Amino acid sequence: MTALLKVEDLRVAFGGTAVVDGVGFEVRRGECLALVGESGSGKSVTARTLVGLTGDGAAVEAGELSFAGRDLRRMRERAWRRIRGGRIGFVLQDALVSLDPLRPVGREVAEVLAAHTGLSRAARTARVAELLAEVGVPEPELRARQLPHELSGGLRQRALIATAIAAEPELIIADEPTTALDVTIQAQVLDLLARIKSEDRSLLIISHDLAVVARLADRVAVMKDGRIVEQGPADRVLRAPEHAYTRALLAAIPAEHTKGTRLSGPAEAVRLARPEPGDVVVRVDGAGKSFRGPDGVARAAVRDVSFTLRAGETVGIVGESGSGKTTTARIALGLTEPDTGSVEVRGRAWAGLGRAEARTLRRDIQVVYQDPLASFDPRYTVDKVLAEALAVAGVPRERRRERSVELLELVGLDERHLRRRPLHLSGGQRQRVAIARALAPEPAVLVCDEPVSALDVSVQAQVLDLLDDVQRRTGVAYLFISHDLGVIYHACDRVLVMKDGQVVEQGPVERVFREPEHHYTRELIAAIPRLTTA
Amino acid sequence: MRRIRPGVWLAALVLALLVLAAALPYLFTGQDPLTVDSGATLRPPSAEHLLGTDENGRDVFSRIVYGTRASLLLGFGAIAIALAAGGLLGVAAGLGNRFVENLIMRLSDVGLAFPELLLALVVITVAGGGTTNAVLAIGVANIPNYARVVRAQTLSIRRSTYVEAARALGLSGPRVVFRHVLPNAVKPVLILATIGVGTALVAGSALSFLGLGTPPPEPEWGSMLSTARAFISRAWWYGVFPGAAITLTVISVTVVGRALRLRSEGRTW
Amino acid sequence: MHGALRLVGWRLLTGLGVLWGAATLAFLVLHLTPGDQAQAIVGGENAAPTPEVIAQVTREYRLDEPWYVQYLLHLGRVVRGDLGTSYRLHTPVTQAIGEQAGATLELAAAAAVVALALSVVVALASAKRRRWVRGLASGSELVIASIPSFWLGILLLTVFSFGLRLFPATGSHGFQSLVLPALALALPIAGVLGHVLREALEEVLEEPFVISARTRGQGDMAVRLRHALRHALVPLITMTGYWVGALLGGAVITETLFTRQGIGRLLLGAVNAKDLPVVLGVVLLSAGIYVLVNLLVDLLYLVIDPRLRDAPAPAARTAVEGSA
Repeated sequence: MTALLKVEDLRVAFGGTAVVDGVGFEVRRGECLALVGESGSGKSVTARTLVGLTGDGAAVEAGELSFAGRDLRRMRERAWRRIRGGRIGFVLQDALVSLDPLRPVGREVAEVLAAHTGLSRAARTARVAELLAEVGVPEPELRARQLPHELSGGLRQRALIATAIAAEPELIIADEPTTALDVTIQAQVLDLLARIKSEDRSLLIISHDLAVVARLADRVAVMKDGRIVEQGPADRVLRAPEHAYTRALLAAIPAEHTKGTRLSGPAEAVRLARPEPGDVVVRVDGAGKSFRGPDGVARAAVRDVSFTLRAGETVGIVGESGSGKTTTARIALGLTEPDTGSVEVRGRAWAGLGRAEARTLRRDIQVVYQDPLASFDPRYTVDKVLAEALAVAGVPRERRRERSVELLELVGLDERHLRRRPLHLSGGQRQRVAIARALAPEPAVLVCDEPVSALDVSVQAQVLDLLDDVQRRTGVAYLFISHDLGVIYHACDRVLVMKDGQVVEQGPVERVFREPEHHYTRELIAAIPRLTTA
Repeated sequence: MRRIRPGVWLAALVLALLVLAAALPYLFTGQDPLTVDSGATLRPPSAEHLLGTDENGRDVFSRIVYGTRASLLLGFGAIAIALAAGGLLGVAAGLGNRFVENLIMRLSDVGLAFPELLLALVVITVAGGGTTNAVLAIGVANIPNYARVVRAQTLSIRRSTYVEAARALGLSGPRVVFRHVLPNAVKPVLILATIGVGTALVAGSALSFLGLGTPPPEPEWGSMLSTARAFISRAWWYGVFPGAAITLTVISVTVVGRALRLRSEGRTW
Repeated sequence: MHGALRLVGWRLLTGLGVLWGAATLAFLVLHLTPGDQAQAIVGGENAAPTPEVIAQVTREYRLDEPWYVQYLLHLGRVVRGDLGTSYRLHTPVTQAIGEQAGATLELAAAAAVVALALSVVVALASAKRRRWVRGLASGSELVIASIPSFWLGILLLTVFSFGLRLFPATGSHGFQSLVLPALALALPIAGVLGHVLREALEEVLEEPFVISARTRGQGDMAVRLRHALRHALVPLITMTGYWVGALLGGAVITETLFTRQGIGRLLLGAVNAKDLPVVLGVVLLSAGIYVLVNLLVDLLYLVIDPRLRDAPAPAARTAVEGSA
């Protein structure tokens, strides 16, 4: 196999700071190379540099940067335009924002044909339909006339892929092509990408997710802080990683086999035993809730949901977007009043409580959000955030500072963080502060709504380990909401599988994952991208 | 701290000087703005009269300096009125029930249908001209705008995750409003008002230019231009400098306001 | 298209509400203004009408009726397009306005076209360009947006009328006499619009779909024109209130400065003579224009953003107002 794309000693700097440094790799004809790394590793900048769109104020240097034998380093804008879309197709993540929201998707595909082929207008229209059919869009003529928002996430991503392959380029670069998608759709799009790879069409996949990549890549290059730390055949890199970072990255992925182990390396201290499940702390019985849509029609967000949560236990709720997970969480928290059914926290029902009583009950059930930054008043320092929570919990003023420091130490931070603002903390530190705040009133239950979804896998591992440690130490119960089945399997004792507002299956997590009863659960589990390692 | 651009410093400095000139005009000029000198009418700029003289032989520079007070009053006073009344209405609409909200918003819809200057002209037709009435007129005309902005701000904060987080923590309703909603609404509105001062100042001096604001012989930039109109073919300085003062003031206020806005949005100055 | 119809219907309804509010306001102003209305009708404070004349006027205008009857009569007149009689000119207000409308319309239309064209061209050429290009564009926008139009007019007169003698200083006939007033009115507006448009364009040009279009081989200008401009125009047309206010308010000033005919000067004369019916007539007219323009803007939205066509009315309304 000959190299189609060759990169040697690539360095990209913004304002003097190198974000990519000394990167070298090649993509051979007909192969799929995956560039894997966490946020800030420089993988997306590298991808954009390959089509000459690094961005404003970027300084690009390279020992070699060539595509099909042509030097890309001193290419003129005119020549670039023939390459982009014509010989290198590019798929950006999340088609909702990567397709012009005001133009029909067919026109976006036709735009490529107009720029790179000599097809007549009529021929272009026909070809657009063919292309859409090729990527698996049903009713292509109709869909071509629709706007991106009228298509489902999966169809949109397929349409975006159609724009990338329209002019039959030799290389497709896909930057996080499945990140914004639900797991079942993600599996379909990965299949499609595998299908468009051929003898004369190579693939360069950029991803943060090793498991996604494992399904497609012939070779893998792992990036960290602007450098490639390891590259080689996918099997070798994923089964027998040589670099410590690759090993840590692989170990940090939560899944079946990681259950009961620490993801972020061994704990310093002796681990406490997991608490035995105790009294019921949350009982949700037949809860249902409808919301009136913008068209005035009421739609059920949640129907007949029942479950219990015991002290010291973790119950997961898993489901795809729109399945009613978050509404269920809000009902449990007493922030959304259910139309039907009842919710009890430590034996007291939300319904019928006076305002003051409800506020007292809130101390027993606290919440951690997906986006911790948005959950802090932007004017507050960590100190004020915690002091406010402690004040509500009735801790006297003179004890608050001491308690704040204790809470910070419990979540792996310390006194120095008190004066900082959440804005100036890292994503992982912010989530730790959010957990500390939630623990301030010493609640019996913590509702975690996608607490690790916005985090890189290594940070996610630390936060999952932290939650586990906290539970071992305090015996708090978790209601753990996630779309990520690996995270759920790793972190939960029992699980509820939700679809379209209903619980389709619930039970101990091992049982549900190994012997799923409901066909939807089976579908979900089959779609999980897996590493073939053990 | 982030670096502040020199232009912003300059604008802030100009604003500070303007405020000083409004408070203590005699620090800047020894000449009286009202002294008539029939022997020295419409003289071009010279060492004696830095910016020339007007049709009555009065010193244009000292009239501009002394006019600062009336002109700034038009801008800041009008916005203060609009901010106070509009702020109250906006908060009431943002926190109140549907009825209160709808009532205030529909009233502001009606108010917004009238252009600022035209609404001010109605007020002046009824109440008469003069500096105070001009301030009132421009202020009243701006109320619906601020009511809208404050309401939108209040609502978006009410729906934010951090307000829900505060509720989930067990804070009472009034505490959430006073600790989180109002303090966070104040800053962006104040910043917007800073930029608004510039437009209000232009509107106020436009009223004076039309002969409806500060009456002569009191110095005010707009009314100076109004008289200057008759002499522009003979005395360019008379028509140029008062307008330059207005423009400089508006630019400074806008630059400072935008810089504050960028900073609050977390961008560099 | 269902959503579109509902949106337009909703707008018509609120527009009517606004007009009703405006008419009510006019009534309140007329009746709460100190001074006797009959006295004002027959010639103001200086006239000395006999008690018989006053009585006749009171009967004729039914000023002796209770306030709510007068209010209904007032609304009835407004609906029929009768805005009363000018105290000063003694002609119907509608007629007085009608005679002056053409000149103002000409000025406002010319200024609107100049302002829009100038801001679009400058924004397209300068958004996300080299530092100095952006600096120059934003600097000049800031300066011309900060210049009051009456001063700009004086500067234009000083240079082009009295200095270079290119254009007449006064008058309202022909293209020559339109150039300076239209520029004086248009430039400050262009400064504001240019600023808004450039900020919007710079934001859109960062959007993934723009980068995506670039990766398909579209050139920079093609992307600006085909993809970005349409998005960037939305905030511009959202500023309806600003447009109407700036053009009408500006007309009062430019017409005075350049001694042009038009509604602006009619209004100023009326304010000085305390001729309330004319003042209120012009204000009602401007509210009517505002409502009409708003309706047109909504239709324009549906053309620019087809997503709103299928959205149910309240959602479309929030989308429209949310971008304000």
